[in-house]
Amino acid sequence: MIRHVVLQIKPEKGNIQGNLERLKKALLDIREESPDVVVLPESFLTAYFLQGGVRELALTQQELFVRLSSMYQELNWPGLLDLVIGFYEREGGTFYNSCAYVELGGRGILHVHRKVFLPTYGVFDEERYLSRGSRIQAFNSRFGRVGMLICEDFWHTVTSTIIALDGAQVVYVPSASPARGFASQNPANMERWSALAQAVAAEHGMYTLLSSLIGFEGGKGMVGGSLIVSPEGKIMVSAPAFEEAALVAEIDLERIPAVRYDNPLLADLQGNLPSILPDLNRVMHRGEK
Amino acid sequence: MKILRADRGSEVLDLNCALLAQYLERFIREELAWRGYKKGLIGVSGGVDSALTLALAVRALGAENVHAVAMPHQRSAPTSFEHAKLVCDAYGVTLDTVDITPIVEGYAQTDPEMTARRRGNLMARSRMMVLFDQSEKHHALTLGTGNKTERLFGYFTWHADDTPPINPLGDLYKTQVWGLSEYVGVPDAVLHKAPTADLEAGQTDEGDLGITYRRADVILEHYLKGYPDAYIESLGYQLSEIERVKTLVNRTHWKRTTPATAVVSSTAINEFYLRPLDFRIR
Repeated sequence: MIRHVVLQIKPEKGNIQGNLERLKKALLDIREESPDVVVLPESFLTAYFLQGGVRELALTQQELFVRLSSMYQELNWPGLLDLVIGFYEREGGTFYNSCAYVELGGRGILHVHRKVFLPTYGVFDEERYLSRGSRIQAFNSRFGRVGMLICEDFWHTVTSTIIALDGAQVVYVPSASPARGFASQNPANMERWSALAQAVAAEHGMYTLLSSLIGFEGGKGMVGGSLIVSPEGKIMVSAPAFEEAALVAEIDLERIPAVRYDNPLLADLQGNLPSILPDLNRVMHRGEK
Repeated sequence: MKILRADRGSEVLDLNCALLAQYLERFIREELAWRGYKKGLIGVSGGVDSALTLALAVRALGAENVHAVAMPHQRSAPTSFEHAKLVCDAYGVTLDTVDITPIVEGYAQTDPEMTARRRGNLMARSRMMVLFDQSEKHHALTLGTGNKTERLFGYFTWHADDTPPINPLGDLYKTQVWGLSEYVGVPDAVLHKAPTADLEAGQTDEGDLGITYRRADVILEHYLKGYPDAYIESLGYQLSEIERVKTLVNRTHWKRTTPATAVVSSTAINEFYLRPLDFRIR
């Protein structure tokens, strides 16, 4: 059993140190839950909309690790603590929208995923300021094989398919999604996220943890509605829109073989990959007849 | 066999009023908070937009943290002030009054060629001057009251109605303002009267615009989302109405932007140097 907490907490724009303090306080608040893994939203350290401010606020992986280690030491946490955290990353003169999986008190940064699908439409303008990541891959945490996808990455189900085929049993999805559509029970994009997370989890038999940013940024209200979804596609626990919350769930990887045996879609996909890959290649090159 | 036909997909202006009201309350609180304000200030005109803004501000901040100011001119319709008072009484907010006649007429009387339209613009700008001064006096942030329809039509006085730093209703069509106003309990006399800026005698918004808000809003939503004229026509709208809406939108884009600046460098503000309005580094 791996105790997970998804933290849906509001950052302050541009205040990295203040947001680390905020995180520290939240971790102290949930300390009694004894989480093994804590999941934070996309761009938690700075808030989401920075435009050209990315250049001023992005951190290298090393800078991120030093800051998180310092916070971890101040916490006096009993044992290891794994953290999934969204941040703007700088490497040389290149900037990315990234999330890191960090084993605090242990091996440090285990993996950094750089967002591949940068929304540059509507209210979004990421690719003007950021470069695309180019890799989608699972990796080994101390608990098992897991993967990370950031926001729009997850809206293309091919990405979670790759993560699942790469052996992941858990996918972490930090996101930042400004609320749109107020006709239904919840904002339309929050309902879409929920349907998507359930569908992806059920298709691949994979625990799916969505950590969704909250807080207004220049009039745009980040929707929240974070989720932990079981490998059968059932919502185990969900956060409300717009409000701070901590979602707690025990994740039992022992359940995954049973679930996947009942619903062997992933195995079927693996078996059929050789026969469908030519068609994938064909549609990828359509127009090049 | 039962034949079941699918609904034709179309854009709708429906709202979950309870959810939206909570969202806008949160918007008001958060946008005030990071700027360092606890109080809001609203120019209450007697119309439905400022009534709804006041209602949302009271829900967000408490009546004791909302300042309301009526700013009549001697040419204003008496019912405007009566309705402003009615709204403030309904939500338990004290209404201050600043007569803008001396401000407006002090200038207007210097020019014998002053027209009703020019005087109306002077009224709108004078009101904003008063609101910003009252904002300083009470350390209360001024809330804008412009709705999406009038913003899209450019149906406001530039650097006047559109000036306040936060605007809860700016992405709501007038039709949606009516719906949400009904939900929050705006008094019937305000909710059901013909919309007017009350800047010129006998003027109504829909008379000026040449189309009703209810028809304009549906056309606008489809036009903004890129539906072709023929599609909008098929929903029951006249081509002349569609053309009217498109004309009003397309000749007023300049009113929805900051002033055009002659760009001469690669660090021109809002052109190359782009930062969101809430950006700050600590």
